[in-house]
Amino acid sequence: MAETPKDPTLKDARPLPRTKPRFSATFTPDVMSEIRRAAATGIYDIRGAGAKRKLPHFDDLLFLGASISRYPLEGYRERCGTEVVLGARFASKPIHLKTPITIAGMSFGSLSAQAKEALGRGATLAGTSTTTGDGGMTQEERGHSQTLVYQYLPSRYGMNPDDLRKADAIEIVIGQGAKPGGGGMLLGQKITERVAGMRCLPPGVDQRSACRHPDWTGPDDLEIKIEELREITDGEKPIYVKVGASRPYYDTALAAKSGADVVVLDGMQGGTAATQDVFIEHVGIPILAAIRPAVQALQDLGLHRKVQLIVSGGIRSGADVAKALALGADAVAIGTAALIALGDNDPRWEADYQALGTTAGAYDDWHEGKDPAGITTQDPELAKRLDPVLAGRRLANYLAVMTLEAQTIARACGKSHLHNLEPEDLVALTIEAAAMAQVPMAGTGWIPGKTGF
Amino acid sequence: MSSYDLNQAPLRDLNRALHALRPDTNETHWTITGPDGRHAIAVGLDAPISVEIEGNVGYYCAGMNKLASVVINGNAGVGVAENMMSGFVHVRGDVSQSAGATAHGGLLVVDGNAGARCGISMKGIDIVVKGSIGHMSAFMAQAGTLTVLGDAGEALGDSLYEARLYVRGSVKSLGADCIEKEMRDEHREQLYAKLQAAGLAGEVNPSEFRRYGSARRLYHFNVDNAGAY
Amino acid sequence: MCGIVGLYLKNSKLEPQLGSLLSKMLATMTDRGPDSAGFAVYGSDGDGVKLTLRGPDQAALKKAISGLEDVFALTFEKTERDTHTVLSVPAEREERIRAWLKDEAPGIDVVSAGRRMEIYKEVGLPAAVAERFDLAGMTGTHGIGHTRMATESAVTTNGAHPFSTGIDECLVHNGSLSNHNDMRRRLEREGLTFATKNDTEVAAGYLSWRMREGASLKEALESSLSDLDGFFTFVVGTETGFAVVRDPIACKPAVMAETDDYVAFGSEYRALVGLPGIASARVFEPEPAKVYAWERH
Repeated sequence: MAETPKDPTLKDARPLPRTKPRFSATFTPDVMSEIRRAAATGIYDIRGAGAKRKLPHFDDLLFLGASISRYPLEGYRERCGTEVVLGARFASKPIHLKTPITIAGMSFGSLSAQAKEALGRGATLAGTSTTTGDGGMTQEERGHSQTLVYQYLPSRYGMNPDDLRKADAIEIVIGQGAKPGGGGMLLGQKITERVAGMRCLPPGVDQRSACRHPDWTGPDDLEIKIEELREITDGEKPIYVKVGASRPYYDTALAAKSGADVVVLDGMQGGTAATQDVFIEHVGIPILAAIRPAVQALQDLGLHRKVQLIVSGGIRSGADVAKALALGADAVAIGTAALIALGDNDPRWEADYQALGTTAGAYDDWHEGKDPAGITTQDPELAKRLDPVLAGRRLANYLAVMTLEAQTIARACGKSHLHNLEPEDLVALTIEAAAMAQVPMAGTGWIPGKTGF
Repeated sequence: MSSYDLNQAPLRDLNRALHALRPDTNETHWTITGPDGRHAIAVGLDAPISVEIEGNVGYYCAGMNKLASVVINGNAGVGVAENMMSGFVHVRGDVSQSAGATAHGGLLVVDGNAGARCGISMKGIDIVVKGSIGHMSAFMAQAGTLTVLGDAGEALGDSLYEARLYVRGSVKSLGADCIEKEMRDEHREQLYAKLQAAGLAGEVNPSEFRRYGSARRLYHFNVDNAGAY
Repeated sequence: MCGIVGLYLKNSKLEPQLGSLLSKMLATMTDRGPDSAGFAVYGSDGDGVKLTLRGPDQAALKKAISGLEDVFALTFEKTERDTHTVLSVPAEREERIRAWLKDEAPGIDVVSAGRRMEIYKEVGLPAAVAERFDLAGMTGTHGIGHTRMATESAVTTNGAHPFSTGIDECLVHNGSLSNHNDMRRRLEREGLTFATKNDTEVAAGYLSWRMREGASLKEALESSLSDLDGFFTFVVGTETGFAVVRDPIACKPAVMAETDDYVAFGSEYRALVGLPGIASARVFEPEPAKVYAWERH
């Protein structure tokens, strides 16, 4: 039965409708919780991992598989090469890897000895390299890594010429994607006696690393530093230069001009052991936007494929690997993904994550050293939870899967080697990705900023 | 005695020959002529030999030295004896920036003056400068001693860890978290030993020096130190 | 997507018939490539360098050539064939003549240069293209023809094969390269220029570049096996030689016939059936990733 209209002057007996509570898109619950945290503590938020905000990424690109105009390769019989040689430009002993997926630099100190050992074991099984980090090389790590890249960082913690000579390559770290322009950080909870001893620091201090190298700045001096490292190692070892992605064209060109054999370019999704959240989320650019300018720099110098480009920051799958290579990289590096393969953020430790006020999948307080998975910790009881043999096996499996995935895509595009993937094999799903990767929007010939509509 | 003229043969060959020496080598004394400001001379040595360089050297001379004794009869450029592990480096002239940077051990003696950032990030080396040192010296210095017979420039010992700084002359200014500390007997004894190692025993009186070290206020993040971060 | 024919004579017996044999072979391959056709013929050698020019029509070609003759104060020996004209120019003036044409006659392309090689190509059915240029009337020692079904680049005369790779050198291709974009960028940095987005032009440029760097034709073809990716059958002509190479997977068809008088190549056997003595010829398929080369001295 229809409601009979009432006299509008009569008061409605029912309760008044209420406006639904509305959250601000600017002052979101997350923003407000951070303001309250800052107000209570007076110190910026420090955490591990890389950028968590949504960014244009490899997911926004698709491959154009072969059909009539191109022919694909058969999966088993027809070879699709994955091997990569790094450092043949100047080094007399370049590195030969079976897969273009390398393990990024992560320090003993930020990671447990077990985790470092597992990374070395997994990389070795997969025929790839792993990398030291701030704080020097441990014997476990050298022993379990067939190919080990030794990082040469601004802090020079644990920097030792004997280890330099034991390394297979040297990576001069200028910056990393999580914090281009910033130095490292390791909080006192993780500066145990062993870590402190390796870094010549008092145990338990909140360690800050320098953001610039102590004895050189800029490309002109970098060239001399590279010369020194070559002299010390008799010209044998490839010398990498690692930069965080911010001005990739110039940084790549200058690294190459300074004499680097390999340039490592880390996007803002690349993880870190600990730094300010504001740094992680607001400084640097996503790897998708960084690859083409870096490749362009090498091409302009006639050095593309002669100086190898390793890219990192948010590589998760063989598709990401194939896309990075198609955009012109020679290899990729994984850090966060490798830790997840070891067991980081595994739901089996959910109760422990809950006890820390977080949940599996979101745990990023790597600097606190309480990692339930025993990876980002120096607590011997927690570290014991990680079996380096099993974890290394998981990493090797994961690397094998990624390599197979990348080969699957490359074969579908008719390539007999991953390095023959090209930007022309890709299209973009979003205007942002099309502009950043400089490939056309799917179904069009339009590259924003390059071609007309 | 072996001699090597860098105007006649390449630097790489010299360094390679020095690296190839075994600890029990008979070629224990090397003279290098014609350095002419070249970089990376006698780097990465790892044997108890003595190397004498006749002239001025460029960047990173005797970098990462272990065991060897390197004497430079001239001036040295940036980063002399950088990251030295052990041994002895003696510069008879002046040195540029970052002398002894990040070095873990050994002794660096500079007869003249040192430029900026002397002993930056030092990790155990003993440095003795007979003249004065430039600004930002001993920045983030972690361990070891820096002894200066002359004056120190601005921001000495900024963000210092546990290195000990002994300065006889004036200090233009102290960096963040660096303070003057009491000179006790143990420090005078330590200083005497360092002076003795540098061949200055009896010539210089340890009690003329002041000692500087870390206030250790920046060892832990604290809201009240926000200005220093 | 394409048909290839090639005929290489080991002696002078069939030289007068080269054009008529090649023309029939080419027409047979129409189904494989109806978009455009082209051929290279190694005929008589003159005093200088033969430049094959292509223009929109004879009037435009005549205008450009008379301009050339005025500027260089020379009268050239010339043969007019439809949209192409073969000019004989003194070898020492070749470079300046080409530069003048590039600057002053923008509608005119230099299709080939050589002591003996002439290249003709046009859009259209192969038989019609052969007829326009009177291929059947040509004589010579060897010739290579191509019928094109365009894949990813435009149907234009510039996109038609053969592609000249240098003096007296040409290339035809059947297949589809998968790394030609990166290779084109690399070759452009080496100073090569490309008129099309065509993968074959990149292959031709690659061979030119390798030979410019000192490789022999055989070495250049051998290195193409690792540097060029995708599927390809190449047939290459030089002043005195003829070479064939297939990629390691070798999906694209190739049949060869050899007698005491000739070596013939066809994408399909039916291209070869009209050749004299074919019934008793040794017929074989070239092996994958193997360079076959013949040289006449």
